[in-house]
Amino acid sequence: MVSRAARLYIGLVVSVAAVLVAILLERAMVQKDFYLRQPHLAPMVALITLQALFLVCDSGTTPMTSRQTRWSPSSSATLAAVVLLGPVPAALVGATALLSLQRHLRLAERMFNAAMYALCGLAAGEAYLACNGQPGLPDFSHFRTILLAFAAAATVHVIANHGLIWGVHRLNRERGIWTRDGLESSVALLLASDLGYACLALVIASLWPLLHWFAAALVLVPLFVARWAMAQFAEQQRAYARTMSALCQAVETKDYYTRGHGDRVSRGAVMIARQIGMSTDRTEAIEFAGMLHDIGKLGVPTQVLQKTGTLTEDEFAAIQLHPMRGLEIVREIGFLFEALNGIMHHHERMDGRGYPMGLAGHEIPEFARVIAVADAFDSMTTTRSYREAKSIDFALGELRNGAGTQFDPVLVEAFIAAMKEEGWELAGPAEAPPDPATVTVKDHDDPTAPLPVVEP
Amino acid sequence: MTGETIGRRAAPARMAYWQALDSGRILLMAAAAMLVIAAFAGIAALQPSINVRVAVAFGAFIAFGELLRLALPGGREAAPIAMVGAMAYAMLLSLPGQGRTRYDALLVVAVAAIGMAVGALPHIAAGRPAGLTGMCTRLVAVSCVAFIFRPIASAGFVKLPTAVVIPVIALVFLVGWLVDTLVGALIRADDVGARFSVAVRDEMRLQWPLGLSVGASVIIAVIGAERIGALELAVFIGPLLVTQLAFRRYAGIRATYLQTVRSLARVTEVAGYVEAGHSRRVSRLAVAVGRGLGLAEPELLALEYAALMHDIGQLSLRDPIPGGATLLVGPDDRERIAKLGADVIRQTRVLNDVAELVQYQSRPARGHDPAPPLGSMIIKAANAFDDMVGGSTDRNRSAAALERMRLDPVEYDAGVVAVLAEVAARRVPSRL
Repeated sequence: MVSRAARLYIGLVVSVAAVLVAILLERAMVQKDFYLRQPHLAPMVALITLQALFLVCDSGTTPMTSRQTRWSPSSSATLAAVVLLGPVPAALVGATALLSLQRHLRLAERMFNAAMYALCGLAAGEAYLACNGQPGLPDFSHFRTILLAFAAAATVHVIANHGLIWGVHRLNRERGIWTRDGLESSVALLLASDLGYACLALVIASLWPLLHWFAAALVLVPLFVARWAMAQFAEQQRAYARTMSALCQAVETKDYYTRGHGDRVSRGAVMIARQIGMSTDRTEAIEFAGMLHDIGKLGVPTQVLQKTGTLTEDEFAAIQLHPMRGLEIVREIGFLFEALNGIMHHHERMDGRGYPMGLAGHEIPEFARVIAVADAFDSMTTTRSYREAKSIDFALGELRNGAGTQFDPVLVEAFIAAMKEEGWELAGPAEAPPDPATVTVKDHDDPTAPLPVVEP
Repeated sequence: MTGETIGRRAAPARMAYWQALDSGRILLMAAAAMLVIAAFAGIAALQPSINVRVAVAFGAFIAFGELLRLALPGGREAAPIAMVGAMAYAMLLSLPGQGRTRYDALLVVAVAAIGMAVGALPHIAAGRPAGLTGMCTRLVAVSCVAFIFRPIASAGFVKLPTAVVIPVIALVFLVGWLVDTLVGALIRADDVGARFSVAVRDEMRLQWPLGLSVGASVIIAVIGAERIGALELAVFIGPLLVTQLAFRRYAGIRATYLQTVRSLARVTEVAGYVEAGHSRRVSRLAVAVGRGLGLAEPELLALEYAALMHDIGQLSLRDPIPGGATLLVGPDDRERIAKLGADVIRQTRVLNDVAELVQYQSRPARGHDPAPPLGSMIIKAANAFDDMVGGSTDRNRSAAALERMRLDPVEYDAGVVAVLAEVAARRVPSRL
C-alpha cells in the first residue's frame, strides 16, 4: 500500500519532529522562564489534562464520506495548549497521538500522526508568539489581540495538518483534496469544522481559570453530540446504499442474464469518474446513477424484451423509451440533477444517432457519456443467451472502435487506463438459467449485436 | 397521480391559514403574543436602564441562530444557536468591567422576540415558511427560564462559587428544555394525530442530543461571558456551527433515504404489477393507522418502509397478478410472495425489522402462533382496503370494504380495522 517514497517521507517527518521537539524542549527547560511566568497555572496539570483531552477527541474521530478524510476534533486540544502553555507543550500534546486509542492504526501510522500533530502544534505555537500572543492564562482585556494571534495559530495548524497529509497522499498516488471540480466538498466541510473546532480551544482557554479540567469536560459535550450525529449520518448513508443496491437487484431478477448488471455498471462508472478526477459528491451520484440506469426496463413489456426475431418499429420504440421510464421512477429522489441526466441519456451516441433525444457530442451530459461506456463494456463481457461472454481485451477494442461515433474517446481512454490500474472482476460464469422465463433474447446494451428492427 | 391526504391536519391547500389552526397552536400563539405585549408594555412603563450594547449583541446572536434553522427528521425544525443565545442572555450573571447584571426577565423576552423576528425576515423574503410555531415555542421556553432565573441573578447569586452556579444553571436550563419539548410534542400530536404521551416520548428521544449540546453551550457561554464579554461570545458560535452541520447532514440523508424508498417502491407500479399509487396509498393508510394505535416514531418509520415495499416480492413473479390485487390469489401464493419480498429487503442487512413486517403481511391475525407483528396486521388491513377501494373516496365503497373486513375477524385484527375505519372516515377527496 505505502509506496517507498511515502515511507521515506514519513521517516523524514518523524525525524524532523523529534529533533525539533528535543531541541526546543531542552531550551525551554534551561530557560525555565515559562514556569516562572505562570504562578496561577499548574502547567503540568494543564499539560496532562490537555493530553487526555487530545486522546479523548482523537478516539472520537469519525470517517467522512470519502475514504481518506477522517474528521478529528483533537486539534482543539493542541490549540488550547498553544494558548495556555506555548509551542513546546503544544507539540507534546500533539505527540500523544502515538498512544491513540484507535486500535486499527499501525505503528508507522501512529508515528506519522504523532510527528505531524507535534509539528502542527509547534508551528501554531510559533505563529501565536509571532502575532504577539502571550502563552499563559489569557488576559482578556486584550481580547482582540488574543483573537488575532489565535486566528493565525489556528490557520497555521490547519494548513500544516492538511499539507503534511497531502504529502502522503501525493506520494501514494492517491487522490488529493483538489479535483477537477475544485476543492472536494467533504474537504471544504472538513476545513470548516476544523476552524469551528479551533474556536473550542479558545473557549477552553478562556474558561480555564474558573473551571480547570471541567472546562475541557464541558466542551466535550457538544463535540460528542456532533460526533454522534456524524456517526448516525454515516450509518444512514450505508443503509441507504445497501437498500438502493438490494432494490436494484430485485428489479434485475426479472432478467436472468442481466443480474448484477447495475452493480457492475456502477463500478465501471465510478472507475471512470475517479480516473478523470470527479469530485466525491459527483462520484457518489454517478454510482447511484449507474446502479439505476436500466431501472426503466421494468416499464417495457416482457414480451418485447423476450421476443425472438425482428422487432417492429413500435416494439423498438418501447425499448427506446426505457430511459424515460427510468427517469419517471427516480425523478422524485433528491438526487443531483446530473444523475437524472445520466439515466435519461445513457443511450445517446456521440454521432447523434442514439435515443431518446438524439443528442450529439458534448450535448450529451457527462454522466450519460460515462455510463454509456461502462454499460456497453459490461454487456459485452457477460454471457448472453445468444453468445458467450467476450474477453476484456475484445470488449476494450470494441470500445476503442466505437470511440468518437458511439462513445466519448476521452472517457474510453480513461476507462482503459483505470482498467489497467485496478483490474476488473468479471461476472461469474453463467450457468444455464433455471427458469427459461427469465431470459431475454436480445440485449439492447450490446454494441456488437444491434437490435434487429424492421426497416421502415 | 391520485392520492389522498390522510390525517387530521392535512387540509386542502386552499384553506385560509387561520382555518388550519387548531386549539393547541392558537393557545401557544396567544401565550407568546401576551408575553411579547407584556414585555414591551413593562419596559415602556418601568423605563429600566438598558445596556444597549449587550442587548444588541445577544439580539444579533439570536437572529443569526434563527437564520440558520435546522431541519430535523420528521419535518421538525430547531434553532439551536438561537436557543443558546436566548438562554445565555436569560441566565447571564456578570460581565467583565460591569459586575453583576441587573436586568429584568421582561427585557430578555423583548430581546428574544426582536431577535427571532429579525432572523425570520430572510426566511420570509426567500419565500420559506416563517416558522411562527417554532419561534413561539422557543419564546415561551426562554420566558420560563428568564422568569425563573432573572430574580435569582439579581439577588447576588453571582458571588457563589462556580461549583454551585453550574448545577443551578443546568437545572433551570432543563426546565426550559422540558417546556420546549412538551410544547413541541403538544403541537406535533395535534399536527399528525398522534397520542400526546407517544408524541412526548418521540420528541424527547429526538431532541435530547441537541438539547445536551445546547445546554452545555449555554453553561459555557454564561461562564465565558464573565471573562470575555458579550460581543466576544461570537467565538462560541464556531463549535455550535459544526454540531449543526453534522445534524443537517444526518437529517438530509434520512430525507433522501425515505424519498428513494418512496420512489423505488413505485417500480412495481411502473412494471404493471400493481395499480398506480397503490404503494403510496397503502403506506399513508398504514402510517395513519399505526399512529392511531400509538406506535412510536421509529416503529412508524419501519411500518412506512414496509408498507411502501410490501409488493416488492411480486417482481419475481413471471406475470403480473391481474390488477395487482394480492387479495385475489390464494393464501399460499400470497405467503410466498411476501416471503420473496422479505428476502429482497433482508439483503440490505439493515432493514431486518422492515423485512419482518413484509414477511408476515398476509398471515391471518388469529390462529397462528406466534401471532404476526402488529405492523404486518396493519399492512394487511391497509392493503386489503386499498385493493377493494383503490383511489376512490366513495363512502359506500369504503363502508362496504370495512364491513367485509369486520366480518372476517380471523383474517383482520378487530382493533386495526376499528382504527382503519376512523382513518378512512377522515379521508378527503383528492384535489388533483
